[in-house]
Amino acid sequence: MNYTNGKYVFDIQNLNCYYGSFRAVKDTDLSIESKKITAFIGPSGCGKSTVLRTFNRMNDLIPSARVTGEVLFHGQNLYDPDVDPVEVRRRIGMVFQKPNPFPKSIYENVAWGARINGFKGNMDELVEQSLRQAALWDEVKDKLDQSGLGLSGGQQQRLCIARTIAPRPEVILMDEPCSALDPIATLKIEDLMRQLVKNYTIIIVTHNMQQAARVSDYTAYFLMDRDDRAGLLIEYGVTNEIFTKPKDQRTEDYITGRFG
Amino acid sequence: MSVKPDSSVASYPEDDGLQSFVKRRHRQGLTWRIVFQAATIVAILALLALLYNIIIGSFGYVALQNKIEPESLHVDGMPLEELSKEQLVIILSEHISKGLMRRLEHDQPFTERTRQDVYNLVIERVVEQRVVKSWSLTVSFFKRDEIETFMAGLPQGKLEFRSWLHWNFLITPQSSTPELAGIRTAIFGTLWVIFITVAVAFPLGVGAAIYLEEYAAHVGNPWLRRLNAIIQTNINNLAGVPSIIYGMLGLVIFVRVMEPLTSGAFLGAVEDATTANGRTILSAGLTLAILILPLIIINAQEAIRAVPNSLRQAGMGLGATKWQTIWHHVLPNAIPGILTGNILAMSRAIGETAPLVVIGASTFITVDPNGPFSKFTTLPIQIYQWTARPQDEFRNIAAAAIIVLLVLLLTLNASAVLLRNRYGKKSL
Repeated sequence: MNYTNGKYVFDIQNLNCYYGSFRAVKDTDLSIESKKITAFIGPSGCGKSTVLRTFNRMNDLIPSARVTGEVLFHGQNLYDPDVDPVEVRRRIGMVFQKPNPFPKSIYENVAWGARINGFKGNMDELVEQSLRQAALWDEVKDKLDQSGLGLSGGQQQRLCIARTIAPRPEVILMDEPCSALDPIATLKIEDLMRQLVKNYTIIIVTHNMQQAARVSDYTAYFLMDRDDRAGLLIEYGVTNEIFTKPKDQRTEDYITGRFG
Repeated sequence: MSVKPDSSVASYPEDDGLQSFVKRRHRQGLTWRIVFQAATIVAILALLALLYNIIIGSFGYVALQNKIEPESLHVDGMPLEELSKEQLVIILSEHISKGLMRRLEHDQPFTERTRQDVYNLVIERVVEQRVVKSWSLTVSFFKRDEIETFMAGLPQGKLEFRSWLHWNFLITPQSSTPELAGIRTAIFGTLWVIFITVAVAFPLGVGAAIYLEEYAAHVGNPWLRRLNAIIQTNINNLAGVPSIIYGMLGLVIFVRVMEPLTSGAFLGAVEDATTANGRTILSAGLTLAILILPLIIINAQEAIRAVPNSLRQAGMGLGATKWQTIWHHVLPNAIPGILTGNILAMSRAIGETAPLVVIGASTFITVDPNGPFSKFTTLPIQIYQWTARPQDEFRNIAAAAIIVLLVLLLTLNASAVLLRNRYGKKSL
């Protein structure tokens, strides 16, 4: 792999994730291309969310979680002892499964992340820009001082996206961002992702195969190993190929709906 | 052995059987509902009985008798109320001992006293009105004949309806005569002690709760985890330790060992170093603080635990440090719950008597406490003391003091609830 031309943002090498003594993900190698959408699909418990959370070290928040192997971000191993996870998370933002705006005003929701990261510029401008990028500005511009919790589920999730892009990260991780939303709100988020990918690298975990097929450029299929119940990367490639001519029989079984 | 599907369907009650079965289950539910309602009613009755008991003691008829009738003290036909200060001083000197006169002069020279002050002295020392007997509110209303019979045997006596709870009761210091005794010093004592208790216990308790919930729960080292589990268990157990044990602890640690500190001697704040000891407001406040610390910690922990994890993840995910996440998101959302716990703990501290008896609250104090190093008494101590006296009248003023204690408690709670609601609104 060549990191210098900036084509690849992440390069995972021989990744193993443990919760206590249980191995949740084993021997995974994976590269994530810059300014593309990469989707992680697979049945529940296959470790796709766990892998996603290694990209911004959110696994650190679980006391028993442990990681071996390397997660290289532009060639820098994120799990080096001298890497500060707080700094990592500024560069690699995250959107969660359930919309989780802060119980503060819409404005404050967006501004807070910028402020704690030492933003010195024009805050009003940044908030507007971020909300515009998240396709939410027109809906909330008249009620910026109202609680973020007063918005609908889809709007809340877009507010969370605006909040995530306010510190201007390089990568946005999305952990099943639409699983709590209705189809129309889901579609809006998907459109938004296609817009955002012009400026950001996006990695999305989804249970929804159609969603992966619709929005992603690359797809990685994970599956739980039957013997030790550890998650395993089965196949990774251009989305079109994964969905039309998968190389692995297990991938084909999953995407054709024979199981999962 | 396989069971045929048909036979298992037949095992369920049908038609009439089903109807009566459902009815029986509803009846069971109704029975339990009645039991629970009865429990609630019993609790309310107990509470009402308590209130009734207090209120009938605080109001009612009293039979009064003067040692010397004020009419016999008239000078030139002028009633006592219209006499000048000098005339009142003469009356006073004629009726009380020289020694007492000298002591009064020593307390404050008569030339400096106001007319009203001297008039009060005449009423108190010369007329010396005494309560011969007091009746409860119920007796006053329903057994008038009993009172009439008693009054018939007391020709000089005067019958008067009295509220033992009155303004003078609140603003006068203690006295050994029940009619003149007040709870001013006890109210100040209670306020001082509670102030110190909350000022010490709140920051300590919330700090410990934050540590235990946000930091200790996330340590990886198994030995530290075990240590934290032991600490947690012990805090839970401490909340159930009888309060008198805390009194013993306070006596040993604050009154005895830390005496130079708690008596104020280290600050030179004592007027008379020879009589200064550790039985001060500070010792009492610290003892009660330790007593309610487990309560505050446990309640604050629960409030912090109730903050959804998704908020912490959102904060950390944006590149906030752990402390920024706690300060900006966890605490603002936990503060209503933390304050509720604090209110409960404060209520408990206000009513505590046993530990204060052990560490040696003074029961007779006529001077307002003027700082953390003062001797003190508190309302519960005062009530406890008064109920133990043989005279009926002390029981009347004890009942009045209980009303004051309840009102004080409700006022403090209400202000804390208001404070909590304001905070609650601020964080949306």
